[in-house]
Amino acid sequence: MFFSWQISSRLGFQLQRVKYWPTLNFNCSAFLVVREVRSSDCLSALPYIPLQLKESKRAVNSLRDFVDDEDDDDLERVSWSGEPVGSISWSIKETAGNSGSSQEGREQLKSRNSFSTYTQLPKPTSTYSLSSFFRGRTRPGSFQSLSDALSDAPAKSYAPELGRPKGEYRDYSNDWSPSDTVRRLRKGKVCSLERFRSLQDKLQLLEEAVSMHDGNVITAVLIFLKRTLSKEILFRELEVRQVALRHLIHFLKEIGDQKLLLDLFRFLDRTEELALSHYREHLNIQDPEKRKEFLKTCVGLPFSAEDSAHIQDHYTLLERQIIIEANDRHLESAGQTEIFRKHPRKASILNMPLVTTLFYSCFYHYTEAEGTFSSPVNLKKTFKIPDKQYVLTALAARAKLRAWHDVDALFTTKNWLGYTKKRAPIGFHRVVEILHKNSAPVQILQEYVNLVEDVDTKLNLATKFKCHDVVIDTCRDLKDRQQLLAYRSKVDKGSAEEEKIDAILNSSQIRWKN
Amino acid sequence: MAFPHRPDAPELPDFSMLKRLARDQLIYLLEQLPGKKDLFIEADLMSPLDRIANVSILKQHEVDKLYKVESKPALSSNEQLCFLVRPRIKNMRYIASLVNADKMAGRTRKYKVIFCPQKFHACEMVLEEEGVYGDVSCDEWAFSLLPLDVDLLSMELPEFFRDYFLEGDQRWINTVAQALHLLSTLYGPFPNCYGIGRCTKMSYELWRRLEEEEDGETKGRRPEIGHIFLLDRDVDFVTALCSQVVYEGLVDDTFRIKCGSVDFGPEVTSSDRSLKVLLNAEDKVFNEIRNEHFSNVFGFLSQKARNLQAQYDRRRGMDIKQMKNFVSQELKGLKQEHRLLSVPLLEGFNIRESTSYIEEHIDRQVSPIESLRLMCLLSITENGLIPKDYRSLKTQYLQSYGPEHLLTFSNLRRAGLLTEQAPGDTLTAVESKVSKLVTDKAAGKITDAFSSLAKRSNFRAISKKLNLIPRVDGEYDLKVPRDMAYVFSGAYVPLSCRIIEQVLERRSWQGLDEVVRLLNCSELAFTDTTKEDKASSECLRLILVVFLGGCTFSEISALRFLGREKGYRFIFLTTAITNSARLMEAMSEVKA
Repeated sequence: MFFSWQISSRLGFQLQRVKYWPTLNFNCSAFLVVREVRSSDCLSALPYIPLQLKESKRAVNSLRDFVDDEDDDDLERVSWSGEPVGSISWSIKETAGNSGSSQEGREQLKSRNSFSTYTQLPKPTSTYSLSSFFRGRTRPGSFQSLSDALSDAPAKSYAPELGRPKGEYRDYSNDWSPSDTVRRLRKGKVCSLERFRSLQDKLQLLEEAVSMHDGNVITAVLIFLKRTLSKEILFRELEVRQVALRHLIHFLKEIGDQKLLLDLFRFLDRTEELALSHYREHLNIQDPEKRKEFLKTCVGLPFSAEDSAHIQDHYTLLERQIIIEANDRHLESAGQTEIFRKHPRKASILNMPLVTTLFYSCFYHYTEAEGTFSSPVNLKKTFKIPDKQYVLTALAARAKLRAWHDVDALFTTKNWLGYTKKRAPIGFHRVVEILHKNSAPVQILQEYVNLVEDVDTKLNLATKFKCHDVVIDTCRDLKDRQQLLAYRSKVDKGSAEEEKIDAILNSSQIRWKN
Repeated sequence: MAFPHRPDAPELPDFSMLKRLARDQLIYLLEQLPGKKDLFIEADLMSPLDRIANVSILKQHEVDKLYKVESKPALSSNEQLCFLVRPRIKNMRYIASLVNADKMAGRTRKYKVIFCPQKFHACEMVLEEEGVYGDVSCDEWAFSLLPLDVDLLSMELPEFFRDYFLEGDQRWINTVAQALHLLSTLYGPFPNCYGIGRCTKMSYELWRRLEEEEDGETKGRRPEIGHIFLLDRDVDFVTALCSQVVYEGLVDDTFRIKCGSVDFGPEVTSSDRSLKVLLNAEDKVFNEIRNEHFSNVFGFLSQKARNLQAQYDRRRGMDIKQMKNFVSQELKGLKQEHRLLSVPLLEGFNIRESTSYIEEHIDRQVSPIESLRLMCLLSITENGLIPKDYRSLKTQYLQSYGPEHLLTFSNLRRAGLLTEQAPGDTLTAVESKVSKLVTDKAAGKITDAFSSLAKRSNFRAISKKLNLIPRVDGEYDLKVPRDMAYVFSGAYVPLSCRIIEQVLERRSWQGLDEVVRLLNCSELAFTDTTKEDKASSECLRLILVVFLGGCTFSEISALRFLGREKGYRFIFLTTAITNSARLMEAMSEVKA
């Protein structure tokens, strides 16, 4: 088993790190470290640290930074920790991409570390950072496979965390270059971002994170930026950094910081996303009245023209449903209305889709006058439900109630001469299928199968649903003797159908085509 | 019937080591909290956990009671609580509320959170904000590769798809890079690497960076797997959106294969209990039919049942019967429908008919996911819907399935799955605004970033270029497949698999420039070949295919077929097994 620990560096790292846990938890000085680490990202912790030489040098640095911001080349040159700080600035320059002299160092490193064989790949710059430089020297060669664990080695050998004065530890962690910082963050280690105080440093850190592609790190940096930059500056900088921006948006969505999210969309002038984001909140509101009121606030938002209509409809629909629900609950509990007694409601109509509401209304309120909110016709008009959709839904509802008269009426139209005609905007083959699904009797089915225009479809449906008369009559009309003969074998012996077929087959009136 | 491997097909590496590794690591982590403890497990982790450990192993390491992490208060009275969770904000809030409730009650316990496969800084931030950072110890269980089968590794991260392809969050890229790193540590370096897609490229770069940071580990190792091919799901949405007709894919579409096993409900088992069946190569019968077109399966099973009844034990015999039942009853009706649905969309004839078919689907409130899938398929194959159709379908959809799906449509549009044809200008308002703001080279990057999220699919042109819709004279004999198209009844060669085939043939992207351009991946397709003397010819016929954002069983079957034809063997690594319904649900905004 130990072998398996060793082969996986990641596991090795776990092994090493996990060992520290009990110590960290019970060692007093370690507690300080833990505290230190916890407050490390927080600016207010600063005065708490005794100001040492290093601090003052840094103060000088930032002062210079303040006085002369073109002088950033020299910014890191001041050695205030005793470590070869030159490498940090080298490393920073490296990440900034203006190489030149760094090229040399790169080559040097390459030969020292003898990098893997994938040389044609562009080298990620941060690999050549301070810590990897040290690691190459300090790491005992025989422990190669535990390298991830050992990548912590600089931290341990240069700043043994336990028992060391806090200030020193702090300085040490402040020394991480952006690329080292980002790498530590990637490994899930706690890492102070404190030293990145100038906007330039913060952005460099962010860019370093983005260039490494690890979204977790990008978010970690964004959390820091969000806390240490004003909204306006943060938004302004992210507007031109789309990858980071997407991470911030997702982060805000996840932690539910709706206010900042909306501010961000407002700043970016993404009005539609702003509106949608606001609208999304209604999903979290359970109480129907409150939800309705919330939807009302959505109506005026800058949605696209078509979405505006949908939002308005959503509000109106819920408004109706609340009225219908209150009314019907009352009717149902009063027990005076037949339809509710016979068919008790299975669920409330609140928050159901429009088509479901229409079905409900066709089921319970079919005959109501247009003036009531719950009448199907009213719904149809209010929401401009297309004919097809209306007929389909009404048909399903009335068929379920086996109200064949209503079904009949649904397809009957009168023309201007007063003749009645059957018409189905959805096609009678659909009507037949829906009726069959609702187990309509054969006589009813037959009537509608007969209305199917396409003869082949009609014959198919009639056969499928055993509408014998239709099959027989159609075959007769088609003068298709063979098919009729074939069908004869399918009907029951001695049945009326068989008799009918025989009568037709024996008829001398028909000129069979086969 | 079932295609045997060619005699010269290479052996697969032994991936069971990954299970042992994960188990050992979990045990190690549990031991870090000595003494009795209750373990809270996130629902999504239960099935993967089941595949590598069992209750008795947990008990051996002093796990007392097991709880599911859910939104109810915990009833545990144990002094030590351990949480095994995905790194999600809601889990942190749950844990924090629990710890804070204890604090209020003046109770002190030990809490340990084990994040699988890694922790996120955002999670720690929440713990800090909730005032429980430090009260809770955090650890990582780097369990990100679950061998579901001898040739299939799953990261079991279905959320990868939404996080990256919808939200543009790259949080899982490190997980992918770590997983690849682990594979190369265990099975040697990959001499030949190919990839296509933005996420692929980023993952690859980070992976390389890891290898360099820890260089020397894979050095000198003999490669076991000759090629690795990475691709992003958005390179080929079409295949993932098609309804599946190979047996395993169909079972997945119908019953949802979860972590390599499926629950057949009472209606299928024709008894009063449901039956959990593990589906993998160890089940000989299943292994023979999994890659078959389902129309072949019934005949095969009847015969098998007859032949083997005597030899098989009762339980196995029951399984065959049940499978037979299932195939005959459940799947019969599907056959015609399947030919009806995907094929015309792919071939692109009669958009009107397709549209009205979808309309009818919606109007009758047939499954919302199915309606959505068809719309997306139509949109991708047509480079977006005509605005008039788009609007009317959307209106009807909202009326049938609920107005809140407005958000779903917005998501689908952002991911480029369901769009309106825009006349001429492809730049969105935001894009042009941003482009105006930035004049230097960053602008290029930005437009790139945009195009990755919503791009033209160019499916027709690609399909023509790669001959994805084979011309078939006469009937396509599904019993003797002639190409990968058999996984879609001979009508369509999966785009993803065709790309892989073409690149492997050329050992590069050479000559595929036009295809790559049409895929909007001009800067995002790469080859990286190392001269590797130690690579045996056998290893060069082993190919690891990595699907970022999920892969379907149809794609797996198609590549298994290709492998048999060419003497390769494919190994699959996917962020999760997916299918059309899962993709659509991932885009859906409505809370269950």
